[in-house]
Amino acid sequence: MSVVWGLTTSVGLADMAQVITKSNRSRGPVTGTALASREKRPFLIDLYSTAVGKKFAMAISGIALMGFVLFHMIGNLKMYLGAAELNNYAEFLKRLLYPLAPKGAVLWVFRGGLLAMLALHLHAAWSLTVLNRRARPVRYQSPRDYEVANFASRTMRYSGLIVLAFLAWHLLDLTFGVVNTVGADGTFVRSEVYANVVRSLGRWPVALFYVLANLLLGIHLRHGAWSIFQSLGWNNPRFNSWRGAFATAFAAIVVVGNISFPLAVLAGIVS
Amino acid sequence: MTQLKDLTLKVWRQSGADNPGYFETHKVETVSDEASFLEMLDQLNERLIGEGKEAIVFDHDCREGICGTCSLMINGRAHGPQRATTTCQLHMRTFNSGDEIVIEPWRAAAFPIIKDLMVDRSSFDRIVEAGGFITAPTGGAPDANLILVPKPVADAAMDSAACIGCGACVAACPNGAANLFTGAKIAHLNVLPQGQSERYKRAEAMVMAMDDQFGSCTNHGECSAACPKEISLDVIATMNSDFRKSKSKNRKALSRS
Repeated sequence: MSVVWGLTTSVGLADMAQVITKSNRSRGPVTGTALASREKRPFLIDLYSTAVGKKFAMAISGIALMGFVLFHMIGNLKMYLGAAELNNYAEFLKRLLYPLAPKGAVLWVFRGGLLAMLALHLHAAWSLTVLNRRARPVRYQSPRDYEVANFASRTMRYSGLIVLAFLAWHLLDLTFGVVNTVGADGTFVRSEVYANVVRSLGRWPVALFYVLANLLLGIHLRHGAWSIFQSLGWNNPRFNSWRGAFATAFAAIVVVGNISFPLAVLAGIVS
Repeated sequence: MTQLKDLTLKVWRQSGADNPGYFETHKVETVSDEASFLEMLDQLNERLIGEGKEAIVFDHDCREGICGTCSLMINGRAHGPQRATTTCQLHMRTFNSGDEIVIEPWRAAAFPIIKDLMVDRSSFDRIVEAGGFITAPTGGAPDANLILVPKPVADAAMDSAACIGCGACVAACPNGAANLFTGAKIAHLNVLPQGQSERYKRAEAMVMAMDDQFGSCTNHGECSAACPKEISLDVIATMNSDFRKSKSKNRKALSRS
């Protein structure tokens, strides 16, 4: 009896066992003893091919990006200590582990990791969105009455895209100096972090964009930080009630810190 | 007993899966506030049949909220406006005279419309089927209480087992995901001692079967809010955690065979 219900068995498994292969897996096994004999694929690629696996990728890349926004905000608080402190901090980032590692090497490792995480986050979001659209090709023809889905959860795609656009602009502004107004001597000097920030955020449309993008970032973080726990299955009655509070607190800390910078520049506290 | 008057029903009519559908408007002059929502539709159907028109097709069976056969998207909510209530247990007293009530079928690629408000939910059967069965000793009936289950564990399993498979979670989910259903089915066996031997095989097989047919979770929580049995979002986290472990554990188990 090598064929049960038209599902073939493979050598090495018990003769009665049914095997879930890709072609019949939507039919599923009818036995409790089946083990999936899949095409050999690297573990992470196999995991990422599933929707739940893509959610893990969303969560893990989200954690990395959350770490970045938090430490980026904390680092920028140095501007309240004056130009020398902030510029020194920027120099310190370049000299991480120097002279053990070449100058800027560790920073580039971080940058590479963050870019990879961002690419992963975007790819997972894109492919899950495509999957979700396909799951309901004909939409409801009457208005939905949502009970608990909130503004944050329903606008993740849009808040994420606007934050991404802000990120591109932010890099062009303060890293590449393309959209920054040039200094008194006519050139953009990247290491003059403090002067660049003051010059850029002193323009009120820029400050406004900065504030709006950070509010959207906060909304994105509020839903994202909570979702991490669900997606990774970090679920325990002892701390479940704290998951929402953690997400709110994290989003609030990052947003309040970030928004204080353009306001401080406009108010002349940082100048 | 009071009567509700002048209800306007906008009902989705569709003659088959591939045919275009449309909203049809019906007036309900008067209906008892003690009638259930389905009884109200029954009365409308009686009238339609009397007029020689085709009755509105909708799913129903036990009419006591335990079988999971009834459905209906009522005014944009799965199973209507009352929490923890199936459509058959929803009473007309929830509505007011003069209301307009919009009725649509569940909408998801995995739930093709059969006719009017009736959808095919056999994609749920595919998921349950993928879960297989549990191994249990056969032969003489074992003594009762031979396998001891701590009370909180039994309660947790029972909370998940309350799922009646009506599909409201998929219908309510903005992404058409079946994570709450699959999570409930996985959690109800995976927390019990009897479910341990196949725990990870079950988690992987059921999630894969779900993956082939439904959307993905974005943690809105609409499913749990729409669930007539109030299944908690926790079952989704449990499923995700078991799926994560299953991927590595099953790989290890396979390499031994």
